[in-house]
Amino acid sequence: MDTIQGKQENENGLNLHFIQSKKYKTINIVAKLRAPLEKDTITKRALLPYILKQGTKNYPSRSEFQLKLDDLYGAVLSVDGGKKGENHIITVRLEFANEKFIPQESSIIDDAISLFHEVLFQPNVKENGFDESIFKREKDTLKQKINAIQDDKMSYANMRLIDEMCENEPYQLHVHGYEEDLNKMTNENLYDYYKNMIQQDDMDIYVLGDFDEKTIKEKITSEMKRDQSNSIQYNASKAKKSAGESKEIIEKQNVQQAKLHIGYRTNIVFQDEDYFALQVFNGLFGGFPSSKLFINVREKNSLAYYASSRVESHKGLLFVFSGIAPEDFEKARDIIRVQVTAMKDGEFSEDELTETKDQIVNQFKETMDHPQGLIEMMYQQVVGNKKLTPNQLVEGIRNVTKEDVIQAASKIEEDTVYLLTSEGGSKDE
Amino acid sequence: MNKQTYKNINETIYSEKLANGLTVFLLPKPEMAKAYGIFSTNYGSIDQTFVPIGESEEINVPEGVAHFLEHKLFEKKDRDVFADFGKQGASPNAYTSFTKTAYLFSATTNIEQNVETLIDFVQEPYFSEQSVEKEKGIISQEIKMYDDQPDWQSFMGTIKSMFKNHPVKIDIAGTVESITSITKDDLYTCYHTFYHPENMSLFVAGNFDPETMMDMITSNQQKKSFKEMEELKRNFPKEPEDVAMKENKITMPVSIPKCTIGIKESSVELSKEAFLRKDLLGSMVISHFFSTGGEFYQELYKSNLIDDSFYFETNLEKNFGYSMIGSNTDNPDEFSKKVMEQLLSTNDIQLTEEVFSRMKKKKIGQLLRSMNSLEFIANKYTSYHSMGINLFEIIPEIQKLTVDDVNSFIKSWISENRLAVCTISAQ
Repeated sequence: MDTIQGKQENENGLNLHFIQSKKYKTINIVAKLRAPLEKDTITKRALLPYILKQGTKNYPSRSEFQLKLDDLYGAVLSVDGGKKGENHIITVRLEFANEKFIPQESSIIDDAISLFHEVLFQPNVKENGFDESIFKREKDTLKQKINAIQDDKMSYANMRLIDEMCENEPYQLHVHGYEEDLNKMTNENLYDYYKNMIQQDDMDIYVLGDFDEKTIKEKITSEMKRDQSNSIQYNASKAKKSAGESKEIIEKQNVQQAKLHIGYRTNIVFQDEDYFALQVFNGLFGGFPSSKLFINVREKNSLAYYASSRVESHKGLLFVFSGIAPEDFEKARDIIRVQVTAMKDGEFSEDELTETKDQIVNQFKETMDHPQGLIEMMYQQVVGNKKLTPNQLVEGIRNVTKEDVIQAASKIEEDTVYLLTSEGGSKDE
Repeated sequence: MNKQTYKNINETIYSEKLANGLTVFLLPKPEMAKAYGIFSTNYGSIDQTFVPIGESEEINVPEGVAHFLEHKLFEKKDRDVFADFGKQGASPNAYTSFTKTAYLFSATTNIEQNVETLIDFVQEPYFSEQSVEKEKGIISQEIKMYDDQPDWQSFMGTIKSMFKNHPVKIDIAGTVESITSITKDDLYTCYHTFYHPENMSLFVAGNFDPETMMDMITSNQQKKSFKEMEELKRNFPKEPEDVAMKENKITMPVSIPKCTIGIKESSVELSKEAFLRKDLLGSMVISHFFSTGGEFYQELYKSNLIDDSFYFETNLEKNFGYSMIGSNTDNPDEFSKKVMEQLLSTNDIQLTEEVFSRMKKKKIGQLLRSMNSLEFIANKYTSYHSMGINLFEIIPEIQKLTVDDVNSFIKSWISENRLAVCTISAQ
């Protein structure tokens, strides 16, 4: 399993990762651009992906650009932004058919890398800014995106929970940015920021698939060059904050189903020794259909269709999600609290512990079968600043003891209970 | 056991139809860590009216029963199946669609054992009145969750605008009212009729040995006995060509309106060649016009009528089919008017050789990309197989398509009587 770790080297201000695999019929090339989460830059970073995917210098219109992708046997480009702990990451991904599976084709890889390079380094620029019509149009696209979160109640509840829980912390920042900042932004501002970002962000590049490494490396390093002179210093200290008194926030909207989301401080991040124990805790508590939350909230009490939990690895958070009838709020909240206490009291068997560890290892191996999953997992280690081979990861999980889980559980503090519920009181049905 | 190798895409598949009627496919992929197994029946939410096995009178069952049954198969007298899989390091799941109910797992260890657990839990139903009652609370919350999702409401709203009689217009999970009336007897009736091995298939893909796997499956099936399977009699009402309603306006709290145009396909069953051609060309043509590089997409984008929620999809089944084109939009009336115009203008469009050759490349690349996923292969292989089509022979079929094929397809692709609009807005 160690072979998939691949090679890593730093060239031209790029961290290059080559991963050879015969599992796939495609080749993936992915760039990850990383900068600290900041209010001043988040809206620009949210808008840039929309602009970059509209076209390049040589393929300035979206249709010319798309025709080029179609010619490369329907290559797929995606560009998006996301949070990992208190970092903002822009991901540019190009996936294209491996020419080995298409008779009489031998230039797809070469063309694809050139195109990938253009998307990043040669956008469609006019004098001191991006194409003005694209800039305006994509501002509208992002504005609608910011507003549309209202219509996805699960995401909305999640965002609101983090708003309340992480007030005044960078992690609170909304991944799509802010409408008022978008309105103030000029094309020039954005282009200046882009130029800065493309040189200054930490940039990791992954190539995954069945390809000739030497040729690809030469191709990439001859085209992509940056002078990353002053590398950003990341605040490696844990973005922890003790929970203090738990708060309860209730918000009302015209909804059929209430969303009960609870946020906790785990006080454990990816780099920590007890990170593995936290993963096992989450598996027992709410990560699987065999976990306490699913069994107790759903199966035993019939209160919800979904009830689960998820760990945020870089900031040290844990979230519980469930969709319930508005009148069941207190009951569901109390049942969830009982499960946390049960975990702290070690109310789980050795068998359950072993099964949970097996499930986590299984999930991890499955992730490694998936091209995007594999790259995300490797990048997690870059952000978390801790290198682990696949075997070390598996060992780490396997070695977790019941005591370790109880110890990790003891660090977990409830921070905020957030309820999005129907208008007219919680007893209206 | 039949073995078939497809050199150009580097896949080998083993298949067998067992004595009891079950169709088994095995796709060994030793380079993968995981295996994926899916056990599915040709039974979905549209199978509302049928003659139960061993009887002669046709019955109607409550809406949402196929989905309810899917939930209840996981619960046994003394245990929960999730826990069984959990003990074996696997993660199970299931889904119900219009035409199919499928049970599945993925795992990286104990593959054979997990396949056996999959078959056994689906083939050993246990329904009690008490557990049926308990499930009603859970499924009610599932339905309420969908009630709050504008995307789902928009999808079903478009389906309802297109179909007048066909049960595809029924919500897959049913309604809170319809599921209240479901009893354990309903579940057993549907179960015995539709979960007969003759009506089911098993597909396992991933890291395992095909010989020992097939032996295990065969001997497992030999130990079980099933009633003799007569011909399954399902009844579908006659569906007109025309859409049920030209316009379906739905009000729910949304911050931006949603608008979808539905293109209804004929309900007439096709030969397998005609089906495949329609399936391929249908998806290639809609993608040609409406993907981000397409002419129609560009017009909509430039007129500010769409945002990045814009999507299109096509779904062709044996006795119904549809395509949808939709987006969040501030101006649903303009959007729908424009898309209708665009669609109606296609009757006179002729594509060139060059354009069609690029469309074929794109389709082939898409297919190869999808084949990275064991889940895609297993699902698509099974559903194509039930139409008599082989997924692994599709690339040459795409290459064979000619510009005349696509142009004659486009000529009859759209007619006004088969177009419907569904709008979701706050007022």
